[in-house]
Amino acid sequence: MANTYTLIEAKTLGSAVSSVTFSSIPSTYTDLLLKVSVRSSTTNDWIGLYFNGSTANVSGRIIQGTGSGVSSSTSNPAIQAILSDSSSFTASTFGNAEVYIPNYTSNNAKSFSIDTVTENNAATAYMQLLAGLWNPATQAAITSITLVASSGDMAINSTFYLYGISNS
Amino acid sequence: MAAGSTYTPIATTTLGSNTNTVTFSSIANTYTDLVVVVSAAISGGATDIQYRFGNGGTIDTASNYSTTVLYGTGTAAGSYRQSSQTYILADYYAVPSSTLGNSAAIFQIMNYSNTNTFKTALNRSNQAGGGVDATVGLWRSTAAIDTIRFYANTNGTQNFLTGSTFTLYGIAAA
Repeated sequence: MANTYTLIEAKTLGSAVSSVTFSSIPSTYTDLLLKVSVRSSTTNDWIGLYFNGSTANVSGRIIQGTGSGVSSSTSNPAIQAILSDSSSFTASTFGNAEVYIPNYTSNNAKSFSIDTVTENNAATAYMQLLAGLWNPATQAAITSITLVASSGDMAINSTFYLYGISNS
Repeated sequence: MAAGSTYTPIATTTLGSNTNTVTFSSIANTYTDLVVVVSAAISGGATDIQYRFGNGGTIDTASNYSTTVLYGTGTAAGSYRQSSQTYILADYYAVPSSTLGNSAAIFQIMNYSNTNTFKTALNRSNQAGGGVDATVGLWRSTAAIDTIRFYANTNGTQNFLTGSTFTLYGIAAA
């Protein structure tokens, strides 16, 4: 049977860091799937995401629920893509996210989908759906993905799994 | 998950010319769930992508479908519902543009061959220039799904454009 859902690389933080990068992503798959479990070592609750080392030319629209309300806004995924459990949230809870990137080697812009949540034993927790787009002036295959804390660090035991999915 | 053992590509289509519908047919009943990944561009004026299911190669065009949408436009969030329709809506504000690469949609169709239950499909549609949608669709039929057809706009009155991609995966529980 074809090997169509393949772990490319896994990262588990042994110490707090401000960014995580998957580099040298092979072009042998059709789509990429990134699964994230992340907590912040500060009160920051956002993780940015960008491709090929550039924070430019990314855009997004989000819908967010807080447990008591819902709203929609535009966003810059390079700064606000993935929800991270803030250090002020219930201990040992982590934000979770799934990022799906179809056709990551195409010569077109790259649309991507993010579903992300926080959990918190309190009145407020967050759930967010994001439609993202990376549209550089010169289109290129995605060869690296960087996740960066909007401030402070991502905490120890945060995990990041990158999978490649093949259509044949 | 053992790599490759439960997530199998069934069929993939990259359009070589503009077409108003895309169909996956003769879907085997050997999986538990289905996933469809669509990266489409559609001709101007289209207001949505719709889809229908079928059994025995015959698409059900009767009023056996309903859709619930959760949407964000970038300025407003809301929900929309329609029932007893002849199709499921794949998107509401996240309608693909006419530019390739600007949209991504992922569909999950659970228990598609279970002949005791109606069929539910979850979908996330994304078009950063238009909106973000999450939809739930229902097909009120106990027939196994062996055909899925996507329509560019109502009943395919617009076109999916050359280069659009549609991939069907089967997920097996064991």
